[in-house]
Amino acid sequence: MTIHETSAVRGMVDHDHLKSRRLRNRIRHEAIQFGVIAIVVALLGLLAYAVKSGLAEKGIRFSFSFLANTAGFDISEGWTLTSGESFLPDFTLFSPDMTVASAFVTGIFNTAKVAFLAIILSTVLGTMLGVGRLSTNWVVRNLCFWIVEFVRNTPLLIQLVFWYFAVVLRFPPMASAAHFYGLIVSQQGVYVPALSWVGGDSMFSIALVTLILVSVVGAIFDPIKGMRRVCVAAAVIYFALLFVTGGVELNFPVANKFKASGGTSISPEMAALLLAIVVNSASFIAETVRGAIDALPKSQWEAAASLGLSRRYTVNDIVLPQVFRVVLPSFGNQYISLAKNTALGIAVGYPDLFNIYGTIANQTGHSLEGIIIVMASYLILSWIISTLVYWANRRLNPMGVPR
Amino acid sequence: MNLLKILTAGVFAAAAFSAAQVSASVLDTVKQRGVLNCGTDNTAPGFGYLNTTTGQMEGLDVDFCKAVAAGVLGDASKVKFITVTDKSRFDAVLTGQVDVVFAHTTIKPARESSISIDFLPINFYDGTGLMVKTDAGIKEFADLDGATICTTQGSATETVLTAAFKARGWKDSKVLTYENLEKLFSALNSGRCNAMSTDKSALAAWAGNAPKPTDYLILPDTLDKSPFGGFVAANDSKWRNALRWIEYGLFQAEESDITQANLAEKLKSEDPFVQKFLGVDGGYGKDFGLPDDFIAQAIKAVGNYGEVYDRNLGPKTKMYLDRKGTPNALWTQGGAIYSPLWN
Repeated sequence: MTIHETSAVRGMVDHDHLKSRRLRNRIRHEAIQFGVIAIVVALLGLLAYAVKSGLAEKGIRFSFSFLANTAGFDISEGWTLTSGESFLPDFTLFSPDMTVASAFVTGIFNTAKVAFLAIILSTVLGTMLGVGRLSTNWVVRNLCFWIVEFVRNTPLLIQLVFWYFAVVLRFPPMASAAHFYGLIVSQQGVYVPALSWVGGDSMFSIALVTLILVSVVGAIFDPIKGMRRVCVAAAVIYFALLFVTGGVELNFPVANKFKASGGTSISPEMAALLLAIVVNSASFIAETVRGAIDALPKSQWEAAASLGLSRRYTVNDIVLPQVFRVVLPSFGNQYISLAKNTALGIAVGYPDLFNIYGTIANQTGHSLEGIIIVMASYLILSWIISTLVYWANRRLNPMGVPR
Repeated sequence: MNLLKILTAGVFAAAAFSAAQVSASVLDTVKQRGVLNCGTDNTAPGFGYLNTTTGQMEGLDVDFCKAVAAGVLGDASKVKFITVTDKSRFDAVLTGQVDVVFAHTTIKPARESSISIDFLPINFYDGTGLMVKTDAGIKEFADLDGATICTTQGSATETVLTAAFKARGWKDSKVLTYENLEKLFSALNSGRCNAMSTDKSALAAWAGNAPKPTDYLILPDTLDKSPFGGFVAANDSKWRNALRWIEYGLFQAEESDITQANLAEKLKSEDPFVQKFLGVDGGYGKDFGLPDDFIAQAIKAVGNYGEVYDRNLGPKTKMYLDRKGTPNALWTQGGAIYSPLWN
């Protein structure tokens, strides 16, 4: 018997032995996993039970039936969904006769509105500040630096109170409001002329609107740059046609005793919240952008310079496209924290979801149920934002394409 | 695995502990702790306000806290003031953070039926009013059609205003809510709010404490009545009854003419009612779980209801709210302050 044979025989034995041991290991491994999950579920169940019995003992009812009650309180601004006559729900301004559930929807709408606008505006402003920090112009570079430093290092809540009481509420009162071409700026809000539909159900106007929508979709999604430009031009032409034929008209705001009517408006509370969040998030975004630009190989700048590209073209066509591929995930984080920061609206009386929850909890007494709804809403909002960022990231960074 | 065991044990212990906590009366908890946790506002002059020159809490609600501490623990200084806002006050008492709340809270049915609290007797009769800036040229509520009216979040005024708009068919009027009275007052000053609405006593306080009180006009209209009362967590009659009778004791003391100043003299009184009322001979306290001299202690600390009122809201204060002719006068003078029978 050679050593080789011995080891082969023993190898055979080992092989079977190993197989059964692997199986046992796998079973044990899975049993532990399963056990841990079961214990976590049991603990959660126990916690829920303890909370429920604790509440019952204190005589606090836990039920969501209050959502169907009439609200009975007013909300200073915001739209909501109500069950309309047709199959689709109606989208109308909130009124106190509606249900508590509608009040929650108003809050979600107001929160989403500020979050959406703030994401767009802070991305634009943040990119500008970030690029500005690397400007060759001393004034621009230092201005951007100090704005970013100042905003990043003071609490958002204090900035918000500053924007509201020290800036927005210092606008002139309605009686002496500033007027420019139909725009009214006053401490009751900023009123801008709005488009209003006067086409009725004229087929021509509706057809034009459809064409505009198709062109806009084309302008955003068409893969060919030239086609996108054509789509933009088409949208503008169709819109002009719609305006000339009387499908839509401009509705100018008219100042009256206390506020203005007509047009569309941004309330001072929303303006302050939007300003605070946009400026704050923009300064964080600016740092991300600046970091990403700094991390870009210097050769990119040098190559662009040797091709004779001006600094503007270098930044717009060489640097920023590469930067956006890298920074998108960090932007996503910033967007989510921005969306959650809208809950500070309560400090200036903006009726965001958390503010309306406060009123509902006080008027109905169901604060635990309310906070569950509020937390779930913020969770869903954050998920939507991260899904969108993920989708955008996939689009900018296709699989397998090197950065 | 050990960690899991500890976690499980922890949850059981927490459940058991919370159950144990519920079954005992707050009265026993307070006596055991030796300190009363009393929820008050700190931005409402006349009711609960931090006096920045003395560093002390002052106000009608604050004095009621002191009276309770004196009645239950025999020492008015054994009270810890915990600031509650219009929004947090109910949860503060439900979670046991405070034992009782005196925070100019309007008594209304929805609060007892759905928030699971029990109110104490009314300690101040107020009404919902409106205040505007004098230069706005607004003279009465009817001038405010289409205006933005501001109030505090979570207050009863929120629904009162909504109902008032609806009753008058006003479509463009808006209610804007702020966290606290300070922000509300700043918003009125800036012009964002055409009118500020809350209880009339609070309006008087804010106008009275302003650098130039004549800049503000309190409109003559009273939108709705607004009776104030303290409150405790529901289903604890032992605690609630003790507090109710301390409060009634202050009312009765005024009626029987027992004051902080003449208390020592009254303690020597031969009158059997006074002797029993003040706990010199027998007393009412024992069956409530209180010392027999609980009313004497409360009077020693803050005086009778009339004294508490005059010190915090009366004509000698900045609030200048005269009791005469209002429900806040004693029933013997045509008001509504009335104690049940002590016998």
